[in-house]
Amino acid sequence: MHPKRTDKIATGIIYAVVATVVAILVFLIGYILYNGVPDITWHFLTSQAQSFSAGGGIRDQLFNSLYLLLLTLIISFPIAMGAGIYLAEYAKDNWITDIIRTSIEVLSSLPSVVVGLFGYLLLVNQLNMGFSILSGAIALTFFNLPLLTRNIEESLNSVPNLQKEAGISLGLSDWKTITKIIVPEGLPGILTGVILSSGRVFGEAAALIYTAGQSAPSVSYTNWNIFNANSFLNPMRPAETLAVHIWKVNTEAVTPDAHAISSGSSAVLIIVILIFNLGARFIGNHIYKKMTAAK
Amino acid sequence: MKTYDFNDKYIIDLKSEMAIETENIQVSYGKNQAIFDTSLKFPRFKIISLIGASGSGKSTYLRCLNRMNDKIATVDGKIMYRNVDINDPKTNVYEVRKHIGMVFQRPNPFAKSIRENILFALKENGIHDKNELEERLEMSLQDAALWEEVKDELDTSALALSGGQQQRLCIARSIAMKPDVLLLDEPASALDPISTSKIEDTVQLLSKNLTIIIVTHNMQQASRISDYTAFFHMGHIIEYNQTRKIFTKPKIKATDDYISGDFG
Repeated sequence: MHPKRTDKIATGIIYAVVATVVAILVFLIGYILYNGVPDITWHFLTSQAQSFSAGGGIRDQLFNSLYLLLLTLIISFPIAMGAGIYLAEYAKDNWITDIIRTSIEVLSSLPSVVVGLFGYLLLVNQLNMGFSILSGAIALTFFNLPLLTRNIEESLNSVPNLQKEAGISLGLSDWKTITKIIVPEGLPGILTGVILSSGRVFGEAAALIYTAGQSAPSVSYTNWNIFNANSFLNPMRPAETLAVHIWKVNTEAVTPDAHAISSGSSAVLIIVILIFNLGARFIGNHIYKKMTAAK
Repeated sequence: MKTYDFNDKYIIDLKSEMAIETENIQVSYGKNQAIFDTSLKFPRFKIISLIGASGSGKSTYLRCLNRMNDKIATVDGKIMYRNVDINDPKTNVYEVRKHIGMVFQRPNPFAKSIRENILFALKENGIHDKNELEERLEMSLQDAALWEEVKDELDTSALALSGGQQQRLCIARSIAMKPDVLLLDEPASALDPISTSKIEDTVQLLSKNLTIIIVTHNMQQASRISDYTAFFHMGHIIEYNQTRKIFTKPKIKATDDYISGDFG
């Protein structure tokens, strides 16, 4: 065939494929938003869920999701950062590193239900932590760690080795060079990764059903005593998240407005995740510009 | 490729005060030996060029002199600097690199402001006196012939500079540490002729207070700026002499072939 024609056909196919992907995404998000946004009211966002009557909200579920995300990041970020720095800067090219990499890959491909059941057996039962935000956060750490580690490693690897040599040639230690030069330069990528993984964690349901639980006992938002069972900050209380709530409302709710609640919750979930994604791009670009281009 | 007898070598016997001396340096990457038994003396306040074809080991050798090959290659032999063997594993390698600075082939300024590029390592090494820092900032940029071009934009990003300016910034960053010896690994090979000549001028000015060892592919550059030249071939030092003599009357056949282009 004529090379020019081949090229045209190939380009056409590529455009069509890309268009399909975009169309699916737009349709999906559009459908969810179209169905859900009308159900989102201030009342919906700020009132408690109802078990039997209509008019329940998602205040606790929304807060639980955010709080769980925060705890997950507090646990998983330092570990992922350490592992990422090790793999990017210190790991030698040998069998130990191979084993570590393979483990990370296997861990990242574990189905979240399996992670959830593992969390249920180990954290909830064996370690007696019960259905709690902390159990959920640890389970989500298992789930989040491999991708976050890989992301941090890649962000650090994208900083040219020349930068490290520059630091070392000035008499700085490896550690100083890494913390003061390499990590700041990789920061936009790291931040993007953290925010994107936040979106994943925020939308996760299966792993949480067995760890953070499916009940949202009423909590007091004025009780700042973290050890009080009634406090919204208590990490040992069971906590149904937004994603779990959607699942539960759709499977076993008896409220007459279950459909509206699930549509509204889905829309809120999608909107928050979209904010994370767009925020990741914006903040990443902003920091990169601030660090590299003229002030 | 022509084969040469590596035992056929000429190394000038120097008597003046030395900045660095290497004794029987051997470098190997795993099983591959890259440098064989190299003993050279570098006189203080001179410019010494290391020349040779790609893969001749000249950069590898240069990187030994401030221990940049640590963790990359195995370096055996002695490197004497102020009566200390700096190749000894017990030597404080960070201290060595403060005295023996290095500038690389490709400009590698930090993604920080021009000011921070110069001052970062100074601050990390415990200099916090404002006046001292300002003084070193201006002195080093002056010496690297960059001050006039950047003095009004010290707080803008170093990445906004041109390649040639970035390389002079890297030189300034090294000399702000007040090193004794400056190692330059093909510092102008990624630059245009105008930037190159600025770097060469800078290097010549710096040699008043510094010993400079420069790896270069460019033989004109070696003959223009250096006092002594060492020719490497396949990991062996072949000839080390005054630059003038190397380029006019080389004593060894391999050197003669290389500089006349009748090589390989």
